[in-house]
Amino acid sequence: MIKNIPLPGTDDVHDEIFWKSTLESKLVVQHCSSCDEPRFPPRPMCPYCNSLSSVWKKCSGEGTIYSFVVPRPPLLPAFEELSPYIVALVALKEYPSIRMIGRLKTKEHGDIKSLEEVKFDIDDEVKVSFEKMADDVALPYWTLIT
Amino acid sequence: MKDKTAIVGIGQTVFEKKSKDTELILACKAIKNALDDAGIEPREVDSLGSYTFEETEGFEIARNLGFGEVHYWSEAPYGGGASCAAIGQVAMSIASGISEVGVVWRSRKRGDPSSRMWSHAEERMYDHWKWSRPFGLVRPADESSMLMRRYLHEYSYSREDMAHIALSLRKYANNNEKALMHDKELSFDDYMEARMISDPLCLFDNCLESDGAIAVVLVSEQRANKLKQKPAYIHSYSQGMSDQHQLMTDYHGSNPLISSSYTTAKNLYRQSDYSVNDIDVAQFYDAFSPMIPFSLEAYQFCGQGEALGIISEGGIDLDGLLPVNTSGGGMSEVYLHGMNLVVEGVRQIRGTSTSQVKDAKLSLVTTCDATPNAAILLKGD
Repeated sequence: MIKNIPLPGTDDVHDEIFWKSTLESKLVVQHCSSCDEPRFPPRPMCPYCNSLSSVWKKCSGEGTIYSFVVPRPPLLPAFEELSPYIVALVALKEYPSIRMIGRLKTKEHGDIKSLEEVKFDIDDEVKVSFEKMADDVALPYWTLIT
Repeated sequence: MKDKTAIVGIGQTVFEKKSKDTELILACKAIKNALDDAGIEPREVDSLGSYTFEETEGFEIARNLGFGEVHYWSEAPYGGGASCAAIGQVAMSIASGISEVGVVWRSRKRGDPSSRMWSHAEERMYDHWKWSRPFGLVRPADESSMLMRRYLHEYSYSREDMAHIALSLRKYANNNEKALMHDKELSFDDYMEARMISDPLCLFDNCLESDGAIAVVLVSEQRANKLKQKPAYIHSYSQGMSDQHQLMTDYHGSNPLISSSYTTAKNLYRQSDYSVNDIDVAQFYDAFSPMIPFSLEAYQFCGQGEALGIISEGGIDLDGLLPVNTSGGGMSEVYLHGMNLVVEGVRQIRGTSTSQVKDAKLSLVTTCDATPNAAILLKGD
C-alpha cells in the first residue's frame, strides 16, 4: 500500500485549471461558455447544451455541510495515522447543487478528532482553505464558520 | 422478453474465508454444479455472461467446461451493479434467438484483506476517484456512509434503528447452514457495541469478506418447461443509470438520496404485469446496510424516509411487510458481488429456501443501489 495520501493527477486538460487555482488558494467552478450552467466534477462537455467550451469562475468558498463521515481503520497508512478524522460533503453557497468532498478541520488544531470535541452538524456553514500537498497541488479543506 | 427465458440451474461452491482453490477452479465447480442442477450438458452452452470485474476469462471457462460453439458473450460493468445486468443480457440473447443455453457466473477470492481494491490506490489518481479519495473518503464503506448520515438526519433515525438491518439478515443466516455466519448469533447489544468502520457504519453494517463462486443457467421458456427444475422465469429486467450518476460517490444529482435504483425500478415495473404489492420476497444488494432501506424505498415498497422505521419493526423479517435477503445476504451469508442474492431469489420461486416465503410467486432481485445497476423480477408458475 502507498504510504502517502494519494493525490489527484493535475495534468488532465479537463481539470488542470481547478488544480492550478488551488495553488493560489482559489476555489473555481467550471461553467459552460455558451449557456453559463455550472458543472462538477469537471468534464469536457456541457450536459445542458453540449458546448465543448468552458470558463472557470472563482466562488466565495463558502458552503454548508450536506453530510459527513468519520473513517476508522483499516485505511491507507497515511489516513490510519490521521484517523479518526472527518470527511464532509459540502454544498457550495452559490451553487447548492454542486457538492465537493473535503476534510473538515479547525483552523487551530487541524483535524477534528471527535464529534464531541467541536459541536457541529449537517447544514452548518463552512469555508474553504487549502493545504499544499505537492508542487502542483493544494487540497481544499473546510473549516466551520462560527 | 417477458417470461421468454428462465433460470433453470443454480450452482455454488462452499463459501469460505480462505479457499485453497483458484478463482478458475471455483468458477468451474460452480458452473458444473449449476449445469448438473439443470440437467444440461456443458456442450450445449452457447452464451456466457459475467462481470467486467470477473478475473476468469470466458474462453478459459468454455475450454475447461467443454462448451461447444459459443454464440454470445458479454460482461456487465460497475461491480455490484452487474449481476442482474449480466443475467438480463444473456436472457436477451436467448429471447432474441441468438443463443439457446446461457451461463452467468462470478468467482471471487476476497477473503484475504490484501485483496481489498481500495488498498491498491496509486500515488496519483486520474479517474473520478481524484475528487474523493485524496480527501480521505477512501473506501466504498465511507462512500456509502456519507449518504446514510444524511438519511438519518433528514428522517430523524439513529443507529438503534439501523441495527435491525444487520439483525434481520443474521437471523436468516442462522437458518442457512451454508451461510458463513450460520453459527454466529448477533444481538442488539453486539451491534451497538461494535467498532466503527466509517461512522455511522459499524462492522456489522459491512458485507463479509469471502471466497467462493456462484453460477446460474438460463434457457428459453419452451426448453425450461421440459427440464427437471421448476423454472424461475425472467418476467422483467432493466438496467438503470440516473441523471448525473457516477460510481459510489453518487453525490452530484439534484438529490443524492435518489439513486439509480429509482430509474431501474420504474422501468422494471413498466414492463411487468404485476404491481409492487404482488411481490412476495426481495433480495436487495447489500454491500453495506444502507442499501437495503434505500432499495426498499426506490423499489416502491414504502415512501421515502419510511424504510428504516419499517425495518426496525421487523418489516424485512419472514413475517414482515417484505422478507428481504432471506439467505442472509452479503452481510451474513457470503459476499459474492450479489450472485448469492440471485440464486436465493430462484430458490424462493422453487420453494427450497431455508427461510421459505409460503407460495412465493414473484421474487425481486436487485443490484448495487450506489452504482449504475440492474434488477430482475423472477416469476414462478
